[in-house]
Amino acid sequence: MRMKFLALAAVALLAACETAPKDANTGAASNSSSIRPGSQEDLAVNVGDRVFFGLDRYDLSPEARATLDRQAKWLQTYGSVTVTIEGHADERGTREYNLALGERRANSVKNYLAAKGVPANRVKVVSYGKEKPAVVGSTEAAWSQNRRGVTVVD
Amino acid sequence: MTTKTRLLLKLAGLTGALLLSFGVAAPQEARAELRIDITRGVVEPLPIAITSFAGSGGRDAQTGADIAKVISADLERSGLFRPLDPRGFLQTPEQLRTGDPRYQDWKALGAQALVAGNTTTGPDGRMKVDFRLWDIASAQYMQGLSYTAPPQEWRRIAHIVADAIYKRLTGEDGYFDTRIVYVAESGPANTRKKQLAIMDQDGENHQFLTDGQSLVLTPRFSPTTQEITYMSYFNKKPRVYLFNIDTGRQEVLGDFPGMTFAPRFSPDGNRVIMSMAQNGNTDIYTLDLRTRRQTQLTDSPGIDTAPSYSPDGQRIVFESDRGGSQQLYIMGADGSGVKRLSFGEGRYGTPVWSPRGDLIAFTRQRGSSFAVGVVRPDGSGERILSEGYHVEGPTWAPNGRVLMFFKDLPSGDGRGRNAKLYSIDITGANERRVITPLDASDPAWSPLIP
Repeated sequence: MRMKFLALAAVALLAACETAPKDANTGAASNSSSIRPGSQEDLAVNVGDRVFFGLDRYDLSPEARATLDRQAKWLQTYGSVTVTIEGHADERGTREYNLALGERRANSVKNYLAAKGVPANRVKVVSYGKEKPAVVGSTEAAWSQNRRGVTVVD
Repeated sequence: MTTKTRLLLKLAGLTGALLLSFGVAAPQEARAELRIDITRGVVEPLPIAITSFAGSGGRDAQTGADIAKVISADLERSGLFRPLDPRGFLQTPEQLRTGDPRYQDWKALGAQALVAGNTTTGPDGRMKVDFRLWDIASAQYMQGLSYTAPPQEWRRIAHIVADAIYKRLTGEDGYFDTRIVYVAESGPANTRKKQLAIMDQDGENHQFLTDGQSLVLTPRFSPTTQEITYMSYFNKKPRVYLFNIDTGRQEVLGDFPGMTFAPRFSPDGNRVIMSMAQNGNTDIYTLDLRTRRQTQLTDSPGIDTAPSYSPDGQRIVFESDRGGSQQLYIMGADGSGVKRLSFGEGRYGTPVWSPRGDLIAFTRQRGSSFAVGVVRPDGSGERILSEGYHVEGPTWAPNGRVLMFFKDLPSGDGRGRNAKLYSIDITGANERRVITPLDASDPAWSPLIP
């Protein structure tokens, strides 16, 4: 049958999150001198680019708030930077529910940043549901890393 | 290859004269007609002899043999039939073309039904296929039908013949002349590539519809047109799209400020119902495909998603966490009269109303396991059909007798996923793997092809 394959222009859709540093919490990068201020790497290494959520929850833990306080300050320092908050869920849910849950989580982050003075027009949200785990694996250790909101520099 | 196909099937009963000339003279006394009772739980598959379809030329003969194989495979996969090994057959297709079957011979083989047929190519190049069905036990002719179509459509003809046999012997519509649209998956779990793909119900004629550049999810067939609605992350903007299978054309549906997802068509094909998430709240909307008018149906502060219409279009089943956890609810088509449907332990999601209206399929999550089950629209008679580490996303065959769903398991190396499609009878019997070239999820069964 003559079905046209989609010839959609491939805007670097996945690039942004795929090239993001793995996990700010590991504090891996040592040569922070080579990091460009105001970049995604700067955010991930020196501030923390993500917060984590409890099972089926979207409220912010004290740790998450501390991370977002630093993010808000950082965003005030780099006033021209705009970001997208990616909301994610672990794999232990149905697809549609997890899309909605990821959107809730992303908005929790956005609302907190807004309360800390980051203008809403600098912050977009997107939910990936369970589609893009940060850590591959079917253990609670992996799932807890995947229930997250990630702040991605546009 | 196969030009997409509003194929012009000429469906005609064989003429009365023809039937009479093949007719069985003897048995006039009333006998119980051969019939599979598929309303009971476990059914002993009916032994059926399906001969190669006779053909005069080399090509016709080959096509005839191929058609018989497809019919056998369809009927066998249903779990209701047991096609007998053709090597034991004592009458050739040619002998069956011109005379009655030798009932005693077929009975001795254990056959309860017999199928024979012919394949010929007309002067216009079109293929004519006819078949006849006999009840061996009571030695009587049951049915004969004839179809004409372009020769490249031989597979569809075979499925249509299988549907006719299924219907004649079970009393219910078949589901073999149908297709499956689903999401083909490849690559590691954290950078999974997902493409829309479509195939015949038996896995043949497989095609990819999208190239995997954009993440795609939850495709669903239109009940009336060659269209699919699905969700795509094209341009990093998750929205519901419409995809025309004939032309490849696609368009975003509606003008919504937030993410739209979980789309399904209304039974008349005129509307798409979906969810929109905005500011942390997910509600259900419809989009009229003719007027493009958007209507909001729910406004609870919780997550309202996965809507599915009843076949009469009067009611909608959906999932919501408004009561604290994810559960099933039913409301009127205008959003009124919301009533909770599921009260079992665990979380319930992805409800899909059966095309027959009598059942709603769902995914249940309880503890560390997932299950696919069915429940009556009044909330009674809940039954689990398949349970495991992760099973999800049921879809109905158009006759409401068979479900397809996916299992998503961690791969052995811990690096990836192992997602596969399965079908199962609503009795819980006959669970079968549906073979796909890549990993697969989110299946959606088409209506019978028009």
